[in-house]
Amino acid sequence: MDTAALLKQLSQTPGISGHEAEIRSAVLREWGRWADETRVDKVGNALAVRRGMDYRGTDRAADPRRTDRRHRSIMLATHMDEIGLMVAGVKHGFIHLVALGGVDARILPGQEVIVHGRRDLPGLVASTPPHLLKAAERHKVVPLDQLWIDVGLPARQAEQLVRVGDLISLRRSVIELKNGLLAGKAFDNRASITAVAVCLEQLQQTQHHWDVLAVATVQEETSFLGATSSAFALQPDVAIVIDVTFATQHNATDVETFVLDKGPTINVGPNIHPKMVQGLRAAAKRLELDTRLEPLTGHSGTDGWAIQVAREGIPTGIVAIPIRSMHTPVETVAIADLERTGRLLAEFIRGLDEEFYQSLIDR
Amino acid sequence: MSLITNLRNLSNAPGISGDESAVRRMVIDSIKDHVDELRVDTMGNVLAVKHAQGKARLRVMLDAHLDEIGFMIFGANDDGSLKFRAVGGVDDRILPGKAVLVGPDRLPGVIGVKPIHLLKGEMSVMKIEDLAIDIGAANDSEANNLVTIGQTAVFATEFRTWNGIASGKALDDRAGCAVLIEVLRGPRSPVEILAAFTVQEEVGLRGAQVAAHTFDPDAAVAIDATPANDLPPTIDQDVSPNTRLGHGPAIYVMTRHDLSDPHLVQHFMTTGDALKIPYQMRQPGGGGTNAGGIIPARSGVPTISVSVPTRYLHSPASLIYLKDVRTTVKLVRESVARLTPEILHRR
Repeated sequence: MDTAALLKQLSQTPGISGHEAEIRSAVLREWGRWADETRVDKVGNALAVRRGMDYRGTDRAADPRRTDRRHRSIMLATHMDEIGLMVAGVKHGFIHLVALGGVDARILPGQEVIVHGRRDLPGLVASTPPHLLKAAERHKVVPLDQLWIDVGLPARQAEQLVRVGDLISLRRSVIELKNGLLAGKAFDNRASITAVAVCLEQLQQTQHHWDVLAVATVQEETSFLGATSSAFALQPDVAIVIDVTFATQHNATDVETFVLDKGPTINVGPNIHPKMVQGLRAAAKRLELDTRLEPLTGHSGTDGWAIQVAREGIPTGIVAIPIRSMHTPVETVAIADLERTGRLLAEFIRGLDEEFYQSLIDR
Repeated sequence: MSLITNLRNLSNAPGISGDESAVRRMVIDSIKDHVDELRVDTMGNVLAVKHAQGKARLRVMLDAHLDEIGFMIFGANDDGSLKFRAVGGVDDRILPGKAVLVGPDRLPGVIGVKPIHLLKGEMSVMKIEDLAIDIGAANDSEANNLVTIGQTAVFATEFRTWNGIASGKALDDRAGCAVLIEVLRGPRSPVEILAAFTVQEEVGLRGAQVAAHTFDPDAAVAIDATPANDLPPTIDQDVSPNTRLGHGPAIYVMTRHDLSDPHLVQHFMTTGDALKIPYQMRQPGGGGTNAGGIIPARSGVPTISVSVPTRYLHSPASLIYLKDVRTTVKLVRESVARLTPEILHRR
């Protein structure tokens, strides 16, 4: 699999929270290559199923083993939605905007965008030229509700083509930096979608007992709706959430950051089942793969927060890929980290057995 | 080559003040078959002469600047990112999250920013001193092998057009360059055209001073891009120097420091009115053009500034109307062709 090519393609595919149709088809197509079946649920989550070898080729309903032994499954959850902008109003042909998800207002002035009106319109986020700036203005971040988007058209034409509620995406193709790093938009969380594709491909070449339910969830950036609904519907025995975390970068070397290109982080804390941490670390050791523990004191800010408390509770693990400049159009990731993450997931899944399942209850 | 193709190539080419060679080569290629004399001076100005039709009644300098605002590399951080500073006037607030191209090999880089999730307290403006260009180098020694101190960087913005609108980087003043090229490619004028594609406007009108001395013209026109701050007004907004897109070239009565020659201003207005070429008067104040470098040359040069109204100057992508570029070509060409010694004569 050409991991970089897949990430580039997914980064360019639109999928703002609540409007995931295009990214959903792309995910189903890519994951579908390595799955026994794919389907879409009521809220728009995309599901790709790989049957475990214990169940492969059996008619599940008629399977006699099912009466005395539960059908084991692991859910891999990655959100496919991205943060974005929406038209809040059109005034004199200029567009007021509102954010869907945690948009960083600092990156918007001077940013090229595409306004998805009656047809796609090129646009720019307006900025005052420095010639006309007052000294006091230079030291203020322009808040979102004071920014304008300019599609260049005369007022009447703009108002015909653009309506309240139309989506706006950032215009950013993927940039190849040195050392296998890529920069672009929506790597949160298309990096993880790519890593799961790597995992599914790896599983094709090995044997695993449990069913693998790979879910690309909707609306993580706004409400965790996709995680809540899919965890309820699928009722997996365990779940692993794959998302992005903060990479160390210039002027961001806080303890919450992790150096790029040294493998994914394995999260630890109340949101994560301790046995999942143990299992993931053991799998990493078998692969001689570098990983780091990432401590989280509470809410992980991921789908895992919702999945952990679905139904009677689902033992959840979280694996995170470090990216720089999160929630900007130049999120930066190491391609090798996506491959490492995919291999780690596959190795963990390969090792899943009844003994592991029984170990999840701390008797 | 069409006006739009020219504008596209010029906009996409890198040319920070003092490092204009890529743009210079492009300009030379597009005018060399249309001028009678062509040379490059020690500063890097492109100086071209197009003889008059018949005996020249005047020698008129037309100026457009080659250079754009951008960045210079100041060194590498331990983490492999690049320290950089602005060349020319840049608002720090437009920098985060933008893509750039570094050095002669056009190495891709990005201006990253600490994610908002990790910010403590209020969101503040990121100063250029606190930002870095990430080219993916693993450490300072790798970065130093790839990029040399003093190399320049430009925004990695690609020119695009739609509905008669154009956006791209450096339209200040590649729009002016495209206008001047178009004038040179047109028919001979009754006056001799002294075309100066000048360097280093953005760092102090340096190229134009030298070019004006060399040419010693009877009069001059600085062709530039001027701020169009024509967004919907807010309550507390003042009447800043302003033009509007789609209303034709902006004629300067004065900039922040320099007065246009009043006879020239009157002549350009008269020409526009007579030929029904739309034009607008630029409000005085704020910002300047190469007129400031040309006016004091030798014993003084009567000069006017005419500009293409442009939104979002000095940002990664500015925006213009193509019809304003075309009417600027027309107003400059026709006004210059109709210029006589009598018009310039002080009574």
